[in-house]
Amino acid sequence: MAIDFSIALTHLRNRRRQTAVSVMGVALGVGFFVAVSSLMRGSERDFIEKLVDSAPHITVKDEYRQPPLQPVERLYGAGAVSLRSLKPRDEVRGIRNYKAKLEVLSRLDGVAVAPALLGQVILRYGAKDMSATLNGIEPARERLVTQLVDDMIVGALDDLETTANGIIIGRSLAGKLKAGVGDNISVISTAGVVRKMKVVGLFSTGVVAIDEGTVYALIKKAQVLLDRPQTANRLRLRLAEPNGALALAADIEARVGYLAESWQEANEDVLSVLVIRNAIMYSIVGAILVVASFGIFNIISTVVLEKTRDIAILKSMGFNAGDIRRIFLIEGVLVGIAGSVLGWVIGYGMLAGLATIQFKPPGFTEEQGFPLYEGVDQYLIAGGFALLSATLAAYLPARRASALRPVDILRGAA
Amino acid sequence: MTGAAVIEARGVGRVLPGPVPVTLVRDIDMTVREAEFVAVTGPSGSGKSSLLYLLGLLDHPTSGRILLDGEDTTALDERGLADTRLRKIGFVFQFHFLLPEFTVLGNVMVPMRRLGRLSETAMRERAEGLLADFGLADQMTKRPDQVSGGQRQRVAIARALANRPRVILCDEPTGNLDTHSSANVFEIFAGLVHAQGATIVAVTHDLDFAAGTDRRIHLVDGRIVEDGPNRGAPAAAGTVAAS
Ligand SMILES: Nc1ncnc2c1ncn2[C@@H]1O[C@H](COP(=O)(O)OP(=O)(O)OP(=O)(O)O)[C@@H](O)[C@H]1O
Ligand SMILES: [Mg+2]
Repeated sequence: MAIDFSIALTHLRNRRRQTAVSVMGVALGVGFFVAVSSLMRGSERDFIEKLVDSAPHITVKDEYRQPPLQPVERLYGAGAVSLRSLKPRDEVRGIRNYKAKLEVLSRLDGVAVAPALLGQVILRYGAKDMSATLNGIEPARERLVTQLVDDMIVGALDDLETTANGIIIGRSLAGKLKAGVGDNISVISTAGVVRKMKVVGLFSTGVVAIDEGTVYALIKKAQVLLDRPQTANRLRLRLAEPNGALALAADIEARVGYLAESWQEANEDVLSVLVIRNAIMYSIVGAILVVASFGIFNIISTVVLEKTRDIAILKSMGFNAGDIRRIFLIEGVLVGIAGSVLGWVIGYGMLAGLATIQFKPPGFTEEQGFPLYEGVDQYLIAGGFALLSATLAAYLPARRASALRPVDILRGAA
Repeated sequence: MTGAAVIEARGVGRVLPGPVPVTLVRDIDMTVREAEFVAVTGPSGSGKSSLLYLLGLLDHPTSGRILLDGEDTTALDERGLADTRLRKIGFVFQFHFLLPEFTVLGNVMVPMRRLGRLSETAMRERAEGLLADFGLADQMTKRPDQVSGGQRQRVAIARALANRPRVILCDEPTGNLDTHSSANVFEIFAGLVHAQGATIVAVTHDLDFAAGTDRRIHLVDGRIVEDGPNRGAPAAAGTVAAS
């Protein structure tokens, strides 16, 4: 064993309790880091999976990213006179020729696509009025793209096809209207059309805003109600590879001209909240390690103070400043390594404990466990961080030790 | 005095800088040759320890040069100086300065392990041999605080010898020992010089010790006032008594 290493080891061995406390500090830091990181990354993955699952991966809307140039601007755009208060050309709303686009998109590899026509309606049942967004859909395609099929709790999607003027509404909306399956409710559109429609099914997504504010009917019925024959204003895509949504959306947008929004873009705010959440949690866990490195700093500073005579004699024997510095750095690294290994065990134990916990959050019907991430990388990150902070904490006292002048100490001692 | 020069001091002076500069030693010219046993004496505060630190490359002269085996050490950096100490110089101080966590044997092996020239077994054999020579064969696995003061000092001497240094520099090696242990340490040094050709420079207050060496250098106020072969008689009574 190298002499500097064995000297470092004896220093630590002779201060068992202090060393144990320092090691424990690092171990707790590492353990909590692993546990928190596992929870954070697990819940984040779980959350993103739900996000990706629940919404279309790409939505093509009848909108443009840039407002279209008005004819007059196209003509006089570079003119010296600026034109204000133009009356914009009335565009026919909706995706033009949506069926052809639907065909093109559905032929892409690993892509399912469904059209939808969205519009605002008011549902009237008895004395109650509720406003909602009517989704005109094609059930056969819809089942491939959204989770509506899974969310159905009463009735089935196909009942829309078999019942004339069928409508599917959210369970909470049904509760508010006091209407149930089989009841006929009046649907009034912004185009002024009124239709009696029969509730054929109820769905529940668990998200109140959706369950209270969304209803489904066949797209043909919606076109009549909203007075938008032969149009759709949404094309919804589901991808086999959701992570490719960003690139594919850009590609589609370039091809069809309409705004194509990926799930990442649609949830940008939520995703950035995740980033902030991670930053906060990791700084808290990092703080534990910072506290732990004060422990290391403390023990090594104490050793340096107690060992000035030894340092002097080692230097007189022929140890150079680098050797002395190395001895004390090794002490920090040893504490860091021991703490990391113990911390891994603690972290692993905490994960094993968390994995056994089952609980029922409000709104869930089944017992849930913590979504845990179990990758090895978080152990390595925690260990690496602990080792780094241990080395940094040891560096200052080690440098002070290496700078001690043996003559001063020998003179003082003699 | 025909041996090769081991340490040479050429016009060496050491001044501590400060608002009131302190001169530790000045105008030191001396040569220590192979197999010489030199005592450095002088009153307290005369600069004996300071001189020893300079000769042992623990301190830098502010003027003059120190040569070791004919090589000028002025240009050596911290690393070079440490390396030279490791290979060529052994120190013995008044206090043993053994590492408390290591055994007696372990302490003697520290310089050898730092030098790293010998195998583990060869180092162990050498250390055991040295300790046995000094009557410590049955103390080797003890820790420094489990042996007597005289024994500790012998361990320190064994440690100083571990890397076969060119010169052993001692600062009051018997200063902390009773008469019997002092005599024992002196015998060890005398034996090393006369039987093995070791070179020793020892700062000492101990009159008997000084009287037994081959050569005496007497310092007063940081200056050599006397340097010559020892004829067994103590130096001028006044100067030694003053210390
Ligand atoms: N750091 C310092 N600051 C100021 N003066 C110092 C310092 N170190 C040494 N001195 C002075 O330098 C002189 C020489 O000191 P040194 O220790 O070499 O003497 P010494 O001969 O070894 O004395 P002793 O026999 O008591 O050990 C003394 O007068 C001492 O007070
Ligand atoms: Mg002295």
